Amino acid sequence: MQALMFYIFAVLSVAGAVVMVSRKNPLSGAFALVVSLVALAGLFAMLSAEFIFILQILVYAGAIMVLVIFTIMLLNLDEKELHEARVGKLQVFILLAVCAVCVVGFVNVFSHIPAVVTAVGPDFGSIEGVGREMLGDYLYPFEVISLVLLVAIVGVVLLAKKVI
Amino acid sequence: VGEITIHHYLYLSAILFFIGVFGVLFRRNLIVMFMSIELMLNAVNLSFVTFARYSSTMDGLVIAFFVMALAAAEAGIGLAILVMLFRNRTTVQADDLTLMRD
Repeated sequence: MQALMFYIFAVLSVAGAVVMVSRKNPLSGAFALVVSLVALAGLFAMLSAEFIFILQILVYAGAIMVLVIFTIMLLNLDEKELHEARVGKLQVFILLAVCAVCVVGFVNVFSHIPAVVTAVGPDFGSIEGVGREMLGDYLYPFEVISLVLLVAIVGVVLLAKKVI
Repeated sequence: VGEITIHHYLYLSAILFFIGVFGVLFRRNLIVMFMSIELMLNAVNLSFVTFARYSSTMDGLVIAFFVMALAAAEAGIGLAILVMLFRNRTTVQADDLTLMRD
């Protein structure tokens, strides 16, 4: 059952990502990316990270993708503006080979970590558990993140103004 | 169909990351490049959560949360830049933005 769910979510996320990269129209790409992100949320749930699962749905598949789709619709690009030069087959194959080597290398670097799951308590990944960790050991990074978000808000307001 | 090990998750994470790399390198549409970067951030998040689960510590989950917060900030700024760019140059193709070269 666990394995079946994993493969369903894995296929959905990879398929969504491939469609997103290959579609000419960014709007269909954005919807494919939503499928991919929701499938990743399912994988987070399988890894018993319920807090991250909730955030993935709320922040990524919700807020960020709504912002992206809103922007795409706002720009309302036509066929001429979407035209792109085709990429050479040779370049694609070279990068594909490099990527294959990197993927295998990346996974084998971490062969010392135990490959099977050990049981964790009900607190693992829960909102309370992550919250305690976040406001305990990671209090200063947490404050810095809030500062980053504040600066981002100010930056967006400045960028969106017609005349600075 | 056997048991799902850490390697399954890591392979999936790496594959998603490199699909994102393909998008950034081979697409010239800035919106698609932006979404590819989001995909890469998500693939790395999957790695963080996987490591957290398989080492039974919650540090990875906190870092995944930080990555998400940064991605949200990046999305806001990136799309604001995109809209401003389109307002000034009427294009979202990276190849058309040659102001610094010409």
